Amino acid sequence: MSWIDIGALEDIPRQGARVVKTAHGCVAVFRTLDDAVFALSDRCAHKAGPLSDGLVHDHKVTCPLHGWVFSLETGQALGADQGSVPSYPARVEAGRILLDAARLTAGATA
Amino acid sequence: MQKLVVIGAGMASGRMLEHLFEAAPGEFDVTLFNAEPRGNYNRIMLSPVLSGEKSYDEIVTHDADWYARHGVHCRFGERVTAIDRARKVVLGASGDEVPYDKLVIATGSNPFIVPLPGHDLDGVVAYRDLDDTNRMIAAAGPGRRAVVIGGGLLGLEAAAGLRLRGMEVTVVHLPGHLMERQLDPAAGYLLRRALGERGIEVLCGANSKEIVGQDGKVAALRLEDGTEIACDILVMAVGIRPAAALGREAGLTTGRAIAVDATMTTSDPDVLALGECVEFEGQLFGLVAPLYDQAKVAAQTLLGQSAAFVPREVSTKLKVTGCDLFSAGDFAEGEGREDIVFRDPARGVYKRLVLKDDRIIGAVMYGDTADGNWFYGLMKDGADVSAMRETLIFGPGFQGGAPADPMAAVAALPDEAEICGCNGVSKGMIVKAIEGGAHTLDAIKICTKASGSCGGCSGLVEQVLALTLGGEFVKPAVKPVCGCTDLTHEELRRLIRSKSLKSMPEVMQELGWKTPDGCPSCRPALNFYLLVEWPLEYRDDLQSRFVNERNHGNIQKDGTYSVMPRMFGGMTNADELRAIADAADKYGAAVKVTGGQRIDLLGIRKEDLPSIWADLGAAGMVSGHAYTKGLRTVKTCVGTDWCRFGTQDSTGLGIRLEKRLWGSWTPHKFKLAVTGCPRNCAEATCKDLGVVCVDSGYEIGVGGAAGIELKATEPLAKVATEAEVIDITVAFLQLYREGANYLDRPHKWIAKTGGLDWIRERVVDDPDSRRALIERFDISQSVYQKDPWADHVATRAALYTPLADLTKEAAE
Ligand code: SRM
Ligand SMILES: Cc1cc2nc3c(=O)[nH]c(=O)nc-3n(C[C@H](O)[C@H](O)[C@H](O)COP(=O)(O)OP(=O)(O)OC[C@H]3O[C@@H](n4cnc5c(N)ncnc54)[C@H](O)[C@@H]3O)c2cc1C
Ligand code: SF4
Ligand code: FES
Repeated sequence: MSWIDIGALEDIPRQGARVVKTAHGCVAVFRTLDDAVFALSDRCAHKAGPLSDGLVHDHKVTCPLHGWVFSLETGQALGADQGSVPSYPARVEAGRILLDAARLTAGATA
Repeated sequence: MQKLVVIGAGMASGRMLEHLFEAAPGEFDVTLFNAEPRGNYNRIMLSPVLSGEKSYDEIVTHDADWYARHGVHCRFGERVTAIDRARKVVLGASGDEVPYDKLVIATGSNPFIVPLPGHDLDGVVAYRDLDDTNRMIAAAGPGRRAVVIGGGLLGLEAAAGLRLRGMEVTVVHLPGHLMERQLDPAAGYLLRRALGERGIEVLCGANSKEIVGQDGKVAALRLEDGTEIACDILVMAVGIRPAAALGREAGLTTGRAIAVDATMTTSDPDVLALGECVEFEGQLFGLVAPLYDQAKVAAQTLLGQSAAFVPREVSTKLKVTGCDLFSAGDFAEGEGREDIVFRDPARGVYKRLVLKDDRIIGAVMYGDTADGNWFYGLMKDGADVSAMRETLIFGPGFQGGAPADPMAAVAALPDEAEICGCNGVSKGMIVKAIEGGAHTLDAIKICTKASGSCGGCSGLVEQVLALTLGGEFVKPAVKPVCGCTDLTHEELRRLIRSKSLKSMPEVMQELGWKTPDGCPSCRPALNFYLLVEWPLEYRDDLQSRFVNERNHGNIQKDGTYSVMPRMFGGMTNADELRAIADAADKYGAAVKVTGGQRIDLLGIRKEDLPSIWADLGAAGMVSGHAYTKGLRTVKTCVGTDWCRFGTQDSTGLGIRLEKRLWGSWTPHKFKLAVTGCPRNCAEATCKDLGVVCVDSGYEIGVGGAAGIELKATEPLAKVATEAEVIDITVAFLQLYREGANYLDRPHKWIAKTGGLDWIRERVVDDPDSRRALIERFDISQSVYQKDPWADHVATRAALYTPLADLTKEAAE
């Protein structure tokens, strides 16, 4: 994997998200209450709602448009809804957020 | 004999020398430099020295006799100023050159001093060594005041020590909760509460601005918000920086610290380094456990044995007597994690385990840390815990028990805790009534009046019944707020009040939430209840708001936003319209006249929100809050200004009402209208509150709606003056804010309170009650009547932009 630094952990509010623009569309980067960081495609599997604007709780996000809930860990829809969004490797090192450049440039595969 | 020079007589090098002398006495001729004028002592135990629980002599690890026995040439009080690797000598501050065959750098860290104005005043101290500790002890004394900047491990130990010496201590901490690197917010809250009970004041989210001096001595700390805290001593404990300068200047490979490989060797094969001054694979160290491992490896490397350092998980315990706290492992990163949370509000216990792939990777506990080491052991061993997953959190001794009692919160209430706010009935009074034979809710209502008014506390009364009567009482099924709790909205509000719960982690801890941080149902509700209850203390939590309220616009189906500035009472003018037109051009907006008598700009990109807000703000417009559970619009008709039938100044009254009420948050949206005569052109009779002007005055109706349900208002009062309309409106709105369940429009709330009489009594008939409601509303408005758009432009604009833009890189 080729990790690239996309910003500081502090740049994302706890229980919030910011987006990273890529050639294949936006990737939402989430920071949870316990400071874990996850990256999912910013397009909801239902009707492409911006997941980065959702409410983040536990390791989950609730889509702002119609309330589907996705696991930040797997990108799978939870509960009764069926579907998933691509997820991308992300980690934090020394307070910096790293994403896998290869996966980002390859675009959505999952 | 080989010549070994060691720079720094600290925890790491001390342990290394012990290993070295034990394995191969006489192998090395050691010279030991130390900048401190003393040999090795147990730095960790400085806190008990500070508090007076131990003396310095008790924490010395190597005394003069020990050094003499091993033939160590001690150069204590002498700092090494340079290393000449080409000639293999070190230069001491005395000017002496000391040659080496092997060199060990163990210079530890330096405390980080925030360069605030005044940081060099007399009385500003760090907390690292014995001299710092003695300086604090000298300044301490009953009645004197200390400020500690930094609510991490060191800062809190300093605070507790100074407090034990009788000082008045305030801890000023920038992040939102204490020890944020080791603890989650719930544990941080419990710690803060425990420190508060010990008389230590803690300010979180507090940004220090300036240290104020007098005659060259520290006198006070001034915060960003203007608060000034007087002090005789100011301790800065905000973090440490590896003392790597010596190594860097000698040309060794350094990043944030001196780089070493797994044998503790630097980029020069004859120079080793260990302790806090090194980095290994990019990792820094700040606790002794891994340093002791390094010490062993370094000794083996010096003796030509092969050994490799492997970083291990560290655990932390706070050495503050009475604050039982344990944290270990990793909370900061990783995928595929799972949380197990256990809370026992009655005992103030909180435990959380973080699992990944059926293994424990992190543990935080507060209040009961007895099982800490057991969890830590499982974590270090990477044990598979899937078989005991269900009962794991209860510790090693537990097999198959019941989860925490949902009634514990009520059980823990003291007898004097108020259960029924309307009638001032305490828990003790209810228990007495039950013991006197009142065994049903109705019976209690009759003999104590509890739950006889707004009814909001009936759930709690039932819990008291259940607790007192045990199995005899069968509680009717109620609907909890959500899956995170068994409490209803009414119970939740009441408990927030009677237990004085002032933050989200406090509520979740004290009331036994079953999830780490709630869900989209309870978080917005809790945020609302807390901000209504504690307008001055609670800080609005945007991350617990739905997107529209977080980003201050209505999100559209394509992810863009609508932007709707306020037009007070539906009035506008050419300047405002021009600014709106300009904004529509500039941001490519669609323009629509809404059903609320104002203009909507649709299709604004999230990234453009701060700039369109700034543009509209420059034209004098504020947010219309079209997106809120809050005050929406006040629709008006033209009234006496223009209409031949108008009886009163309906437009003016509408504007005055909107100016008074805008910015306030309510359980659901709140809409008003003022219409100039019973022809009702402003549709006042289907609003949450509508005013119909008549010749003799004003008719105020409430509880209307024209959405999913169609409801006409019911008459609340008829008054003669505008001033009374405004007072009654404000009082009604505040009563609704304080009483209604989140997401109940007023007509639903009115139905639940049992009708308008109860409300009329409070907002119309009783002038004292009306005045008190108005006062509380105005307090809240002093905080919340501010334009969120201007606020976000000034403080949060960056959050609307992408974190990074990689499209360009991909194109290259
Ligand atoms: C913009 C507007 C329609 C328009 O183009 O005129 C509008 C637009 C929306 N209304 Fe409305 N309502 C608008 C006036 C009304 C009115 C008329 C009025 O206020 O006089 C009503 C009926 C009166 C009432 O509220 O009782 C109305 C009753 C609703 C309801 C039903 C509420 C209810 O209690 O049953 C909802 C749903 C809700 O709030 O849960 C709703 C929800 C919505 C939402 C916020 C739906 C949503 O959640 O996304 C729409 C946002 C559209 C957008 O993307 O901007 N809107 N909505 C009007 C804005 C008025 C303003 O200037 O602020
Ligand atoms: C108050 C306090 C409480 C703590 N509590 C805990 C705890 O509970 N648990 C825990 O695990 N850790 C705790 N720590 C951290 C722990 O003490 C450190 O991790 C540990 O001391 C680091 O060891 P070291 O040998 O790297 O550095 P140090 O112990 O700091 O030793 C470095 C020595 O090098 C000397 N030196 C520096 N530069 C030069 C130079 N150029 N020439 C000569 N000498 C030099 C310094 O004077 C110092 O004496 C605490 C620290 C403090 C200050
Ligand atoms: S009536 Fe329905 S579609 Fe029209 S604005 Fe209101 S909520 Fe949207
Ligand atoms: S677009 Fe996400 S739930 Fe509909």
